[in-house]
Amino acid sequence: MKPQDDRKEGIKGMANPGRYGIERVAYWLMRLSGLGLLAYFIGHIYETSSILKGEAGWIEFLELTQTTEGHLLLTLVIGMCVFHTVNGIRVMLGHGGVGVGKPGRPDYPYTPASQNARHKMAIYSAIVLAAIAMVYGMAVMFGE
Amino acid sequence: MRESHIMKIHYGTALASIGLVAVHVLMRVADGFSESLLYANVIANYKFLPYAGLLEIILILLSIHGFNGLRVILLELKQGPRYEKAVSYGCVAAMIGLIAYGSRTIIMVNTGMV
Repeated sequence: MKPQDDRKEGIKGMANPGRYGIERVAYWLMRLSGLGLLAYFIGHIYETSSILKGEAGWIEFLELTQTTEGHLLLTLVIGMCVFHTVNGIRVMLGHGGVGVGKPGRPDYPYTPASQNARHKMAIYSAIVLAAIAMVYGMAVMFGE
Repeated sequence: MRESHIMKIHYGTALASIGLVAVHVLMRVADGFSESLLYANVIANYKFLPYAGLLEIILILLSIHGFNGLRVILLELKQGPRYEKAVSYGCVAAMIGLIAYGSRTIIMVNTGMV
């Protein structure tokens, strides 16, 4: 494939999570988890406002969330929250120049110094920690 | 405002939120998840001024962080002076709306209007 053909894919080529390694997967997970958490946050603010309707209103709304589906949704939120936090700290450190390697002469095959083993490990750690937190969250919610 | 300043605010709100949200979640887990959500317990939480203050700070921090994150994602997808202005002002308006709505709940319960 000629380089110009590769570029014809446009935004689809850029967004392809299967092509550029775990960094592109992390890019997508960061944005999707961010949007998911914002949606949950708005829903949570609306949900908690039901307390203004008194005890009956609070219990009525709480019953909607205290279901198996509600607990599964909350488990997903826990996973998104932990991944977003851990990966966010990695991104912040990277922007601050931590763990991105020393600048060097650009020799072929031009491996980016910032996409190194430390950052890859941090991404995998974020995924594993999110999974552990989800299991713990499920144990707390379904264990009662 | 310069984009570099906005990103510092984005990171600052993120770091501050981590600690405060951890306290908020631990309150639920420490009391027992179901028990902590009982009406009387939730009312008591809201009436305890330091905790109500914590909720208000979390509300402000996460609203700023969340809607700025949304703005960044939307600006990555498309650019243009009118579009960028619409997205920025739209996100600020949504952020103010959410803070106002959440603050209403906290203030009304804290001051005993429920």
